[in-house]
Amino acid sequence: MGRYLINRLLISIPTLIATSMVIFGLLALAPGDPLGEFALNPSITAEVRENLRISLGLDQPLPIRYVKWFYSFLTGNWGWSFTSLSPVRDLVAQRIGATLAIVGLAYLWGGLAAFPLGVISAIKRYSLTDQAITLFAFLGFSMPTYFTGLLFIIVFSVNLGWFPFVYDSTVQVMDWNTLIQQFKQSIMPITVLGLWEMATLMRFVRSATLDSINQDYVRTARSKGLQEWVVINRHVLRNTLIPVVTLIALRVPTIFAGALITEQVFRVPGIGSLLISAIQQNDTPVVMSITFIYGILVVIFNLVADVLYGFLDPRVSYSK
Amino acid sequence: MNQPPSEELVAIRDTDISDADELAMKPRTYWGDVWRHFRRHRMAVAGGIVLIVIVLATALGPFVYTVSPKKIDFAHSMEQPTATHLFGTNDMGQDMLARALWGGRISMIVAVFAMLVGISLGMAVGAASGFMGGTWVDMILMRITDLFLSMPQLPLLLLIVYLFRASITKLFGAELGVFVMVILVIGILNWMPVARLVRASFLSAREMDYVKAARALGASPWRQVFRHIFPNVMGPVIVAATLSVGTAIITESMLSFLGLGFPPDTPTWGRMLYESQNFLSLAPNMALSPGILIFLTVLSVNALGDGLRDALDPQQRNR
Repeated sequence: MGRYLINRLLISIPTLIATSMVIFGLLALAPGDPLGEFALNPSITAEVRENLRISLGLDQPLPIRYVKWFYSFLTGNWGWSFTSLSPVRDLVAQRIGATLAIVGLAYLWGGLAAFPLGVISAIKRYSLTDQAITLFAFLGFSMPTYFTGLLFIIVFSVNLGWFPFVYDSTVQVMDWNTLIQQFKQSIMPITVLGLWEMATLMRFVRSATLDSINQDYVRTARSKGLQEWVVINRHVLRNTLIPVVTLIALRVPTIFAGALITEQVFRVPGIGSLLISAIQQNDTPVVMSITFIYGILVVIFNLVADVLYGFLDPRVSYSK
Repeated sequence: MNQPPSEELVAIRDTDISDADELAMKPRTYWGDVWRHFRRHRMAVAGGIVLIVIVLATALGPFVYTVSPKKIDFAHSMEQPTATHLFGTNDMGQDMLARALWGGRISMIVAVFAMLVGISLGMAVGAASGFMGGTWVDMILMRITDLFLSMPQLPLLLLIVYLFRASITKLFGAELGVFVMVILVIGILNWMPVARLVRASFLSAREMDYVKAARALGASPWRQVFRHIFPNVMGPVIVAATLSVGTAIITESMLSFLGLGFPPDTPTWGRMLYESQNFLSLAPNMALSPGILIFLTVLSVNALGDGLRDALDPQQRNR
């Protein structure tokens, strides 16, 4: 297991470096001069501009600039936001909690709901229940989260008035009332994101269960007289878990993308909505940092899934 | 023992066999079989019909329904659906049906072109990788594919749009520039699954007897690929192409929804949703009409893809 873990860890480092190179390369390729604004300013002479350029390290060749950028990113120096004039790190630190909470909770309930539904759907294949679940999954993943979100707002906030329209970031959980308030305003984004995740996972759980339900060991378990519930629980479910966990890992980038949209719909102050507002305000340091943070998050979650995979399937960790 | 003959036997007995030769001459083709199986998949047929209706409506609709999508009429702003405005009007009194038809046109064209970019890129990479299976070319191409798969695609897409938008619109003009950029970016970030699929099919097809036979007969690599392997990997590629149209529609609408897609005076479905956000309580029709259209289109594309998957795979059919 230890060697397997180290192996996985070593594989994720090149991925991280490559992602950072792509992000930096895009910025380097992009037209436009970082000091372009000063060119129009008559009080800043060409000489001052040149000095600024040198002091910012812009006179150095690209590889050196890349290494410096990468190094300072790793050491926590993410630069300063152009618009709010505060360190990017502080801005991100304020916001990342909301994103992780929403992604985590949505993934949790989506996965927890998808599992039993997918398994039931597979066990009762072609029954009315199966058809209903399949149809629901089909509708679910054809519905983009931005539309589900707006629909939820129209139904639950506008017509029924159950939940607030917009996420209020000033709410701090101090007592019972604020806890309820926090719960009320978080429930819609988490539900929307989880529904979408559930729809996709459900179909996959169904097909993974169908694959493992026809295996020889399942027939053996049945023929030695085990109860159906025990057969499903001990023999089918465990083997269904393995491919499903792999899929969950592969879907991590997609769920962060979904979260980005959901945050925007409900105005949740996460890093996704920070990214969008930074793009609208031409705040390059923030845009770069958040894109890279998404890259890091994806790599971390892939690693977590790999570890789980090794944990669930002993064959993986023994063979390496 | 003396049962009356079954209906089936009666039907066979009474069959007119004078044109038997002609019947026997009619060969069963692969595509004939595909159609026969596809027809039985009710959801897929329904999806296909809905999709055709939407495509026709967006392609021909603006000629039939000649209300201008840009005509501003503040006296009739935010009207809910009526006989004169079937989908109601938006905050500036513009007719929502006209905007939905025009917007659908753009969404559809973008989706189809983005699909073509993604599929061709994926096929090229997958075919090269699969045909050279086991060599360093294959290894490098697959590492690149894995790398693209483990990158945060949406944030990267936004980064590219952010960094290159100005220069591309300068090059092609505001509308065409965004058009080109959105197509390229969606295509470039969506080719990986197709590449993997094509590679896997290539690797298995390469070892098939008919390809070995072609190789033994001295067929050139090009001939092996285009004449013998490609026809056999087309099935999964067609399915992937269909499904990726759905993804492209969602992605394009998402960009517009974030306010990073087409300019404000170009109505696309995503842009209409973006504009609706501030009027959800006063004019829910502004969100519902484009939203339901996106949903319906993606749903029917997915249903169609599902049906094609079952119909195109001869091994799947007999199960």
